[in-house]
Amino acid sequence: MTTQGGEPDFDVIVVGAGPAGSVTAYRLAQQGLSVVLIERGDAPGAMNLSGGILYGRVLDTVFPGFADEAPVERQITRHVTTFLTPDSAVSLDYRSDRLSEPLDAVTVLRAKFDPWLAGKAEGAGVFLMPGVRVDSVLTETGPDGRPTVVGVQAGDDQPRARVVVAADGVNSFLARGVGLRGKDPTNHLAVGVKAVVKLPRSVIEDRFGLTGNQGAAHAIVGDCTLGIGGGFLYTNTDSLSLGVVLRLDDLVRSGRMAVEVFEHFLEHPGLAPYLHDVKIREYGSHLVAEGGYDMVGALAMNGMVLVGEAAGLTINSGLTVRRMDLAIGSAIAAADAVAKAIGTGDVTEAGLAGYRRRLEESFVMQDMRTYARAPKFLERSGMYRAYGELATDLFHDMFALDGIPRKHLLAVARGAFKRSPVSVRQLMSDGWAGVRAL
Amino acid sequence: MGGGAGTVRTTTLSERLGANRFEIDEEESHIVVDQELCRTTGTGKAIIAVCPAGVYTERDNEIVVDYAACLECGTCLVVAAPGALTWRYPRGGFGVNFREG
Repeated sequence: MTTQGGEPDFDVIVVGAGPAGSVTAYRLAQQGLSVVLIERGDAPGAMNLSGGILYGRVLDTVFPGFADEAPVERQITRHVTTFLTPDSAVSLDYRSDRLSEPLDAVTVLRAKFDPWLAGKAEGAGVFLMPGVRVDSVLTETGPDGRPTVVGVQAGDDQPRARVVVAADGVNSFLARGVGLRGKDPTNHLAVGVKAVVKLPRSVIEDRFGLTGNQGAAHAIVGDCTLGIGGGFLYTNTDSLSLGVVLRLDDLVRSGRMAVEVFEHFLEHPGLAPYLHDVKIREYGSHLVAEGGYDMVGALAMNGMVLVGEAAGLTINSGLTVRRMDLAIGSAIAAADAVAKAIGTGDVTEAGLAGYRRRLEESFVMQDMRTYARAPKFLERSGMYRAYGELATDLFHDMFALDGIPRKHLLAVARGAFKRSPVSVRQLMSDGWAGVRAL
Repeated sequence: MGGGAGTVRTTTLSERLGANRFEIDEEESHIVVDQELCRTTGTGKAIIAVCPAGVYTERDNEIVVDYAACLECGTCLVVAAPGALTWRYPRGGFGVNFREG
């Protein structure tokens, strides 16, 4: 939509009160700018969902000691990676006090966590406007002859601002509306399907081997997702977050339904020790853009920047999907660049170029680049099924005494490889590719 | 596995959706399908397969849309052929309202 004239109502309009939007708004307000934070949900967090792990180090730089104050669930001190076959499981179990001091990862439930973060923004002077859907951005022709964002269309209202920050999530209709993002190919996208199930606190601690506010994060690959993508199981204070992340091209090719794969996961006997007697509390889903570095396109135009998932900032390292920490990192870079641009009076794409530079210098783009090859590596299909079978086979031969005379470990391994579709050569090739990609 | 541990009690999709809080917009659907394009482009089959909420079903060669159950992930939109599906977020405040997230 093109409109003409009119003084801005605010310095900045931020669309979307998730971690990216709330932290951007907070930092802008702290630098003395007038900021409105528009949120579609009746309350921040009501429309937001994630697997549940927040890598907290970057948020700790914005709000030191946040984990003691914010409604976080548990501090992850145990990471378990499991290869599952229909009747067996091989796990790598890492637990360490070094994961809690200094703080690393915490589990969060977004409907509880996001209101706290938005409250921080409000406390800094941000005007929060919940229950309002932004339909599109308003553009005018800028001094350089190109479209310039001057505000947003929200129902019948047209608030105007010097800069609009699109923090409207992975589907970012705002970014698409002005052509900053096109349609992503399905091999860059996955669907996360999640349930939150209730379980008493003491039962969680017993089942997962935890005490106090310690938490466990299980990443599960193999049969539990029928070989399509991976599964997760995270501990909250008195509930579990669990689900699957399924790449859309693999899902469509498999001929399976997303619902069917999720239910197969939920009912897998390998998970039964953790999941018996749970009560379903909530069911949700989220689109995950996991194209990595290649998927990050233009981040700014005249009068507008993209942050968080709207900017395509997601990393899937194979065992964990990172979004919130990257969102917060981008929020810091964007807020500082936007404040500077407004200060100098140049909010054109060139004036906002500092955002990209700051982002490139931060951990966000450095990590995006480090994991740039991960999406391609994860396309090597062996990862999710054949390796699980190979590993469980190997361990079975080592531990099961079936009356047949024992062999040396090397012979056991050779036998397991012989039965597996995975060759030693392929294992080494995948291993090398994995080391380079991850 | 685990000495004959049983499986978790199966939940049906409708039981899971029933646990959620939805503010249903009775006046307008945020999802509109083009039946003809859904048939000719294969979009119908794709959106039925990928939707975690079972919003889409096929009846008498037509796609039926239960928009009230939508979890608003947008997955259907990315597998749909151009023009076959109009999908946007529900109006402010409407749709799924997560209590956990």
